[in-house]
Amino acid sequence: MAPQKTKIKLYTLSTCSHCSRAKRFFKDCGIDVDFTDVDLLTGAERERIMDEVRKLNPDCSFPTICIDDVIIVGFNEDKLKKALDSHDTR
Amino acid sequence: MTPDKLYDILAKYAGSQGIRLNKDRSFVMDILQGLLTNEARYGYRSCPCRLAWGVKEKDADIICPCVYRDPDIKEYGSCFCGLYVSAEWNEGKIPLQLVPERRPKEKRMM
Repeated sequence: MAPQKTKIKLYTLSTCSHCSRAKRFFKDCGIDVDFTDVDLLTGAERERIMDEVRKLNPDCSFPTICIDDVIIVGFNEDKLKKALDSHDTR
Repeated sequence: MTPDKLYDILAKYAGSQGIRLNKDRSFVMDILQGLLTNEARYGYRSCPCRLAWGVKEKDADIICPCVYRDPDIKEYGSCFCGLYVSAEWNEGKIPLQLVPERRPKEKRMM
């Protein structure tokens, strides 16, 4: 069976420079990622997404980055590279 | 207010406080744009790295400069956002590290 492609999801703020760096990091790596700018959401949609963030990162800080089951909080390039090295991002 | 104008004002203000703006100007400009976005959105310059309530009284502690800036600079050389830093941090004398969130959980938009 072919290896399943790594799922990468970012929870971010549109105004946050650490979040911008994280988005840029993946772009520079040529990796398409799914990101949600939580500050742009309102009402029930924001609550639903914050429920997701809370489960992954009880501190609810940004960026919260999921690389499959690895959760990285904040922009830490070394941690991101290590996590990507151990996952299939083709 | 433009990010460039705000940069000039805050650079002078930081110097008057004995601290500095981060030497990475493009990183700072991102933060300043975020501050101005929040000002337009909420009416005050809420921290761009934190999710705001949008209610001034509840966000009072994270209106930039936030009340956590000085203890963060004292402990880590940098504020949570990386906007304000110590002179030593800018000179590379303090190891780079992520500044953990100091804001108490009960105050956060969670």
